[in-house]
Amino acid sequence: MDKFRMVFQFLQSNQESFMSGICGIMALASAQLYSAFDFNCPCLPRYNLAYGLGVLLVPPLILFLLGFVLNNNVSMLAEEWRRPQGQRGKDAAVLRYMFCSMAQRAMIAPAVWVSVTLLDGKCITCAFCTALPLEALGNASHHGLPQGEVKRVLARIPCKEIYDGQELVANEVAVRYLRCISQALGWCFVLLMTTLAFLVRFLRPCFTQAVFLKSRYWSHYIDIERRLFDETCAEHAKSFAKVCIQQFFQGMGKNLVATQCHPPRKAPTDAGEASEKLLGITDWGTMNTVLKSWHRCKPPLHLHPAAPHSSNGWAREWQPPTQPHTQPSAPRQEAVAYYSGV
Amino acid sequence: MDRFRMIFQYFQTNSESVMNGICGLLALASVKIYTCLDFSCPCLPHYNMAYGLGIMFVPPIALFLCGLILNRQSLVMLEEWRRPQGHRRKDLAVIRYMCCSIMQRALVAPAVWIVVTLLDGKCLICAFSGSVDPKKFVGFANATLAQAQEMLTRVPCKEDELMRNSTSRRAVSRYLRCWSQALGWSILLILIIAVFLARWLSPCFNQAALLQTRHWSNYIDIEQKIFEETCCEHSRLFAHQCILHFFESMQKEIRQHSFNLPREKEGEEDLLRGITDHDQVNKLLKMWYYEKPPLDVSQVTHRHPLGQERSPPPLAGSCGARSKFTQHTHV
Repeated sequence: MDKFRMVFQFLQSNQESFMSGICGIMALASAQLYSAFDFNCPCLPRYNLAYGLGVLLVPPLILFLLGFVLNNNVSMLAEEWRRPQGQRGKDAAVLRYMFCSMAQRAMIAPAVWVSVTLLDGKCITCAFCTALPLEALGNASHHGLPQGEVKRVLARIPCKEIYDGQELVANEVAVRYLRCISQALGWCFVLLMTTLAFLVRFLRPCFTQAVFLKSRYWSHYIDIERRLFDETCAEHAKSFAKVCIQQFFQGMGKNLVATQCHPPRKAPTDAGEASEKLLGITDWGTMNTVLKSWHRCKPPLHLHPAAPHSSNGWAREWQPPTQPHTQPSAPRQEAVAYYSGV
Repeated sequence: MDRFRMIFQYFQTNSESVMNGICGLLALASVKIYTCLDFSCPCLPHYNMAYGLGIMFVPPIALFLCGLILNRQSLVMLEEWRRPQGHRRKDLAVIRYMCCSIMQRALVAPAVWIVVTLLDGKCLICAFSGSVDPKKFVGFANATLAQAQEMLTRVPCKEDELMRNSTSRRAVSRYLRCWSQALGWSILLILIIAVFLARWLSPCFNQAALLQTRHWSNYIDIEQKIFEETCCEHSRLFAHQCILHFFESMQKEIRQHSFNLPREKEGEEDLLRGITDHDQVNKLLKMWYYEKPPLDVSQVTHRHPLGQERSPPPLAGSCGARSKFTQHTHV
């Protein structure tokens, strides 16, 4: 656990290595997903193409969208894009930078899937076995079979157990040919992707370095500001809840004392801090009333500043918050209620 | 545990060793990819050469580009090369040194791939089986040229029905593999001798200049890293001030709209920053979305960290004296 935390800290401290780590993990996950996937070519004339191309192209699309969904910064980008301008201008370069960096990261898993699929060869073998050039590879003219029948026979190439066209074209020859084409495509795709990545990364400092530094700074800033704002709101909510609940207990304690027929039992003066913390709720019946009240009638989201030494101050607490002004208070009371000015 | 932490810290602080680590990982990855790759020679006349040489040379190009992309120092070098001169002179020797060290590291993985390919032998067998002289081998000497050519192109495919039990196939295969491995070991030897000479002879030539260029290339790298860290730190402080300022301005606005008397702050209420109502919180959140505050913290009020009594806002001039991070920036 400790080791895991340390690895995580190491990756997080250096922003660049964190991103490289994420990219590596996504690439490995995509390769693992492919190897776990059980490829089953249908070996029927038109279904082969649909299945092969489907397995080649649909999972990358899903992985690409998943890359966006799992990225926390997508909501940040959307918020920054859609917010009203207000007092702060919007910079299109920052939005473009954020989108580009998210898209680049989201493209890694699909690219790895397509590469691994092509290098493995099963998809292309399945999809294009009916398009095999019989003239070059087999006996095109000696079979006398109609076109449809030829296609049906060729479609069974990926399924060695049921293949019945050895006279037409040998299964191994066909599979080798198709796999060779597939691997060639795969390596070309890998080369293309790495060349693109190289150009994107290395042409930038030659042309737009100053704009890049600006966009990077402000996109980090937006991210940090959002996180700090969330933290500040969380702290505020905690304090709000604490004061609200404290005031609720105090209010209940005082209310119950006021409605009881007999004079309140005062705690002995030497009981100390513990009895103060009990806030006047010291028996089973009282506690049950408090709990029932918490469930049936939660206090309004409206804090009054504490006035611990006044005895009649709480009568005003339960007035509805829409009253515009409080009565002038007794001289020893320092606090007044806040009312929303909205 | 301690040793683990030390290793991590070592890798983190020394960027050169980070790059060496990446270089090593890439070399291991290249070996792993080669072993995972299902090599299947097409055993067809023109396709063999294309496939064999393709597998030998295309992945190294991709690995080389990957090595350049993953190396942080290549971006640093490029920025140093392309930057306007400004107040700081550019030293071409430093840029050349950085370029050399980047190239050396990026060439490791491709070299490993090529050597592993040659030592394994399948690529060369596939590419050159059709170019072998059939007269050297007993099984092919009696066949016509066309037949011999066809049989030779099928040599790389062991399971091919035509060549399954042919001893001549095995002979050709061994012959080509022998050449392939000889080539592989020779290349490895040449590379290692070249590296050895480069490392041991370089101190004999111009060591002082080398020390200088190495120092300044390290410096540029570290300066870049520290600049990025400082920017991050600055944006964090900026955001902190901006948010505090926002909360305070909301508090002021609420005060202006309500008829309350000024009161002393204490403890928990101070953290609430005067926002103590459901509607006030909603208003704050709505303002945050609809009207984000301007990126200007030059008027931020001075606050003690423990939330004691607020001192009056400083004069405009004294803001700069408090901390260099409160300099404002307008978007």
